[in-house]
Amino acid sequence: MDQALQDYGEYLAMTLSQVIVETTVDRDELIVTVDRDSIVKVLTFLRDDVNSQFKQLMDVCGADYPDREERFEVVYNLLSLTHNRRIRVKVRTDGRRPVPTVTGVFNSAGWFERETWDMYGVPFSDHPDLRRLLSDYGFQGHPLRKDFPLTGYVEVRYDDLQKRVVYEPVRLTQEFRDFDFLSPWEGMEELLPGDEKAAGKEGG
Amino acid sequence: MGETQIKNLTMNFGPQHPSAHGVLRLVLEMDGEIIDRADPHIGLLHRGTEKLIEHKTYLQAVPYFDRLDYVAPQNQEHAFALAVEKLLGIEVPPRGQYIRVLYAEIGRILNHVFNLTAYAMDVGAMTPMLWGLEEREHMMGFCERVCGARLHVNYFRPGGVAFDMPAGLADDISAWAEKFPKFIEDMESLLTENRIFKQRTVDIGAITPEEALDWGFTGPNLRAAGVAWDLRKAQPYDVYDKMDFDVPIGKHGDCYERYLVRVIEMYESLKIIRQCLDDMPAGPVKVDDRKVSPPPRGDMKASMEALIHHFKLFTEGYRVPTGETYSAVEAPKGEFAVYLVSDGTNKPYRCKIRAPGFPHLQAMDMLCRGHMLADAVANLGSLDIVFGEIDR
Repeated sequence: MDQALQDYGEYLAMTLSQVIVETTVDRDELIVTVDRDSIVKVLTFLRDDVNSQFKQLMDVCGADYPDREERFEVVYNLLSLTHNRRIRVKVRTDGRRPVPTVTGVFNSAGWFERETWDMYGVPFSDHPDLRRLLSDYGFQGHPLRKDFPLTGYVEVRYDDLQKRVVYEPVRLTQEFRDFDFLSPWEGMEELLPGDEKAAGKEGG
Repeated sequence: MGETQIKNLTMNFGPQHPSAHGVLRLVLEMDGEIIDRADPHIGLLHRGTEKLIEHKTYLQAVPYFDRLDYVAPQNQEHAFALAVEKLLGIEVPPRGQYIRVLYAEIGRILNHVFNLTAYAMDVGAMTPMLWGLEEREHMMGFCERVCGARLHVNYFRPGGVAFDMPAGLADDISAWAEKFPKFIEDMESLLTENRIFKQRTVDIGAITPEEALDWGFTGPNLRAAGVAWDLRKAQPYDVYDKMDFDVPIGKHGDCYERYLVRVIEMYESLKIIRQCLDDMPAGPVKVDDRKVSPPPRGDMKASMEALIHHFKLFTEGYRVPTGETYSAVEAPKGEFAVYLVSDGTNKPYRCKIRAPGFPHLQAMDMLCRGHMLADAVANLGSLDIVFGEIDR
């Protein structure tokens, strides 16, 4: 299984050499990072090529890595029924430059892209209907970004005087408690502080 | 006589309509009684599960999966458990795998009983629902006996299952599995050849295999369209590769066949349940690694190390090696998958939940166009929509 996947990854890297940035096989899963502007071309190839036959777009989602220059990743998970194989295609964007929509290749991409736009604020160019999907009507911000607080900014309640639901800034009686378990003394490092001097002396 | 201008009517279906299966707001553009366009507005049950999981340890994330598709909670946990196990590189002991398959199939029947009978109610048959909920009580009783909770089980944990089955439970499940086909037959006698039921479902919302693939259909909805694809067969996980069962497929992909496929799947699930009960080996139910699964209660009373392990596991949790995986299971509604990214800490960096109902509901517009208003209800019911998983 692993070898076939490896071979297929090499085949892809060869045929799509202009647009593929990186090909890796991690835990029996093939991951291909491609150039953002050619995502439509890549997915069309993956769908129609005889050796690929990825007829189903299972999932499109975003991921946020604020440390990177292009902080957002858009991840496409495809499934080939013919070859019983999965592939993960990734593109990167900074959130300002749009990702071309793949709704023309797979109809199922429509809502997945709307969700990615809603949750991460990644724009998709030429999408037929890029409205928000999951969040409230008139919602501000993109909730799954790492810099969006877990508790959000507004809360709603029904106001009896105004006879409608009103939006108010979030007021918590207790701040959300996020415990830090990653304290520096937790994991023992290979080299204890001070050891490097001893090693230096021995060498000298 | 002058020409009369007829304006299309825009109609709101839901979010409080009983046959909307939860909180769906469906904006329908009607040309008389014919649907011109259907625009589902979802997200009314959005709870930010994915964001919450990013702030919880891996173990604390498990109960969120119960609350996605609350009709068959254990199948969702299964996907998450498999994803975490893949990243950790651990394998569940055989007994744990058998118990998981057993309960996943109970979950499948839980789901199909609820969906089929609720669907029957949508198109006008009241009785199956009353009978079906009684059967569900038995199955939820089995869940209660194994883990204490009837619905939100929190039972499939990364590394195995939370507890072993209590004595006598296997016999009771076995006895129930003998009786249960009677319920399916009774339900079928009310529906399968029922004239009204067939008039409401045959040739309604029919799709071709190509359309089904293009729209991301999975599970019974895909199989009803004639595509023989089942993850339990194609990419078996746990002990599904040792199970002998058939995968029913349809021909026309209409509402009626989606119903039939689910009925036959219940019989197949019973087969798997019987095989699990017959072949289940003795042994541990979770991995014997104290860095992942908690020590037995008895050890903690005597061993300091066990106590420390327990404390660390339930406060800090375990750290998962850096990496990412897309792990899918054949949930009752279709392919339920978790795309899990770990950055090496004790909390998931990203946990995308791929709910099968999400693309199914997306296709409502395609399915309903040109159909009558009443067919929208039939289509919706046959797609097996639960809003917990769609809105997340």
